[in-house]
Amino acid sequence: MSDSQRGLQGPAPEERPHPDGRRNAQGIRIDPEAESEHEPRRTVLSAIVEHEPGVLSRVAGLAARRQFNIESLTVGPTTVDGHARITMVVEEPDPGIDQIEKQLAKLKPVISIGELDDDAVRAELVLLKVRGEEPDKVHAITEMYDGQTLDAGPETITVQLTGDEHKIDDAVDAFRRFGIIEIARTGQTALAHGAKKTVPGEEPATSGEPTKPTPNTK
Amino acid sequence: MSERTATTTDPNPTTTPDEPTETEVTSGSTAVVRALENAGVDTAFGVQGGAIMPIYDALYHSDIRHVTMAHEQGASHAADAYGVVHGDPGVCLATSGPGATNLVTGIADANMDSDAMLALTGQVPSDMVGSDAFQETDTTGVTAPITKHNYFATSPDTVGDTVGEAFALAAEGRPGPTLVDLPKDVSLGETDREPGPGKAPETCRPRTEPDDAEVEAAARAIERAEKPLLLFGGGVVKGDATDVARQFATEHQIPVVTTMPGIGAMPEDHELCLSWAGMHGTGYANMAITHTDCLIAIGTRFDDRLTGGIDTFAPEAAVVHIDIDPAEISKNIHADYPVVGDAGRAIERVDAEMTASPDAREWVEQCQAWTDEYPMDYAAPDNEPLKPQFVVEALDEATPDETIVTSGVGQHQMWAAQYWTFREPRRWVSSHGLGTMGYGLPAAIGARLAADDDETVVCVDGDASFLMTIQELSVAVRENLDITVAILNNEYIGMVRQWQDAFFEGRRMAAGYEWCPQFDKLAEAFGARGWTVNSYEEVPDAIEEALAYDGPSVIDFHVDPAENVYPMVSSGGANGKFALTEDQL
Ligand SMILES: Cc1ncc(C[n+]2csc(CCOP(=O)(O)OP(=O)(O)O)c2C)c(N)n1
Repeated sequence: MSDSQRGLQGPAPEERPHPDGRRNAQGIRIDPEAESEHEPRRTVLSAIVEHEPGVLSRVAGLAARRQFNIESLTVGPTTVDGHARITMVVEEPDPGIDQIEKQLAKLKPVISIGELDDDAVRAELVLLKVRGEEPDKVHAITEMYDGQTLDAGPETITVQLTGDEHKIDDAVDAFRRFGIIEIARTGQTALAHGAKKTVPGEEPATSGEPTKPTPNTK
Repeated sequence: MSERTATTTDPNPTTTPDEPTETEVTSGSTAVVRALENAGVDTAFGVQGGAIMPIYDALYHSDIRHVTMAHEQGASHAADAYGVVHGDPGVCLATSGPGATNLVTGIADANMDSDAMLALTGQVPSDMVGSDAFQETDTTGVTAPITKHNYFATSPDTVGDTVGEAFALAAEGRPGPTLVDLPKDVSLGETDREPGPGKAPETCRPRTEPDDAEVEAAARAIERAEKPLLLFGGGVVKGDATDVARQFATEHQIPVVTTMPGIGAMPEDHELCLSWAGMHGTGYANMAITHTDCLIAIGTRFDDRLTGGIDTFAPEAAVVHIDIDPAEISKNIHADYPVVGDAGRAIERVDAEMTASPDAREWVEQCQAWTDEYPMDYAAPDNEPLKPQFVVEALDEATPDETIVTSGVGQHQMWAAQYWTFREPRRWVSSHGLGTMGYGLPAAIGARLAADDDETVVCVDGDASFLMTIQELSVAVRENLDITVAILNNEYIGMVRQWQDAFFEGRRMAAGYEWCPQFDKLAEAFGARGWTVNSYEEVPDAIEEALAYDGPSVIDFHVDPAENVYPMVSSGGANGKFALTEDQL
């Protein structure tokens, strides 16, 4: 071994040329036209999935471990045998929403997934149990929000309301004055407006005439 | 998948010639074995146990070579490495509960590195699931986050098809590990149903043919670049796209950097190859990444060990990102020009679409100049202590060009990646994404069994990494596997010591390893051969003798405990600001 004490050579870090460019937190190159960071927005995703054991935990688990912010999650069968629809309300910046869709699409039981437009039809169901001391007033508020009384007794009254998120929020506020004892909300579920497909490639079917699973083009 | 031919396997030694070699499907477990045979599986790694016994019993009559490992972690790493070298998914087996949980590290490792692998686990009988039965673990629950998909087998009639599907899914599109959990009643249950040809589920068919508009946009972006740079990731290797990728680089005279899993995608002695970029990548690769105006990234997930801080990663570059997994597009680094599809196919299409090569002569010269400005070198004093980099170079020189190198995790891994010159894909087998100490030896076993007999397999290991799975030496001895383990023994968990010195004011808490055993003696105790090397003079002979020995050999190189890995991009730092010495950190 000769020429001892060689080693790595070259200019020190600060003496090297460095470009001025930058990327933002989403890895987007910051040029003057597109400087802004993306703000989170609330949106509804709908997925058609194979209705097999564990599908909900796969979807929820994926969201949890990738730190996607899920506001609500509903699931139920569709008219196609063996399929279920998962409706998810998420709040993320655009690149995040894109990621959730793509990551979910990779799950084996996910057949197709899409984001709903703003004009989608959305609804939620809530059960409210309030104190029964003022039944007339409770009844009046229930009527006002097109709700139904499901159970009434001397101590409690339980009503059911459906509607979009705002209506439900308003109604819950209105019932507060009676003293809400318990509340159960289902979270939003939604379908695309009019003849539009809720999920790309989704084929209509009625019970008894199941369609084949739609191959995923993801 | 792979053009390489598999090693012909010894028939099960307990099988006499007049016994049937083909399993008849009579039960769930025979259906499982038939599915493996249909898939062309010739080797499987595992450990016996109660809940997996029916599967092993079915293997008794099969030609599939089963290699009993000392620990299930060894089985999953061996299967992983087998898949990397061979091209088809490696297979591992374990019993329920502790067997399955011991596989977990190897499954997670394969998942991070997109390595195709099939794990089969035994499970308690279906009617006992959920009762906390003896050796019960919710294996599908535990492995859901670290598999491409996992299956809970429900019936002997369908279990064969499930295994076939799982095997196919592991290799389909972006590769990854899959798992089938096999309750004992399903394995033992009667069936005569022959499993059909295994194919990946309809819902997991990736788009392999890239979109016209995407191809066109990418081609235009590359044509007009002045400082184009190709970044080859592990996807180029695992997508078998190296030939097309190399041709594209040379035809258009575009410099190439690789990621660490992408090592070997471009010959490292090629004039256009700048070696690998990232935390301990070469200075020139990191300079090129920092200054490129068009980064053409193929089959990479932009891991933070590659990118450093996102804000300063390729800050001037329009990013063309070719990947078979749409979810990788813009996950970490925004892709200005995404191309979703098979890597080789996408490169071909972009190439065909290009009407001119980018005019990048000056840039190519600049990249060359950087290789002279920041050469890879280490301080080599006249005498001891022995430098680990020297050992790696000596091993590289003493072995054939296409030697397969596996490694543990730590400084030695970085030195192996830095100072070994890789020329071909599937020759560098390491734990990248998960960074699993103990990967090296079981990986060498898997690689050895996947490789041709005349190929050389070397494991460059750390003292601490080696101790984590040292028991697998017993397997190498039993199977008489020609493997040379080179321990770069610094009596530290060296990478940790390096960080403590740099970022924790030298408080070397729990970093010492001076009590590590005499590895040469331990090797001999296992039935392998062992050497201890303390000086430069002893290096050539020890290497020569170890390589000449037909069986597992271990050389314990006592190297300079003070040596550190440079260059280094500090975590979250700018690639262009790599430090060449500790005081530049
Ligand atoms: C299973 C596991 N545990 C802990 C670590 C953290 N770790 C990373 S490198 C390292 C030191 C490795 O020491 P050794 O194998 O002797 O290699 P060296 O760095 O000394 O070359 C440790 C403890 C790890 N990567 N994997």
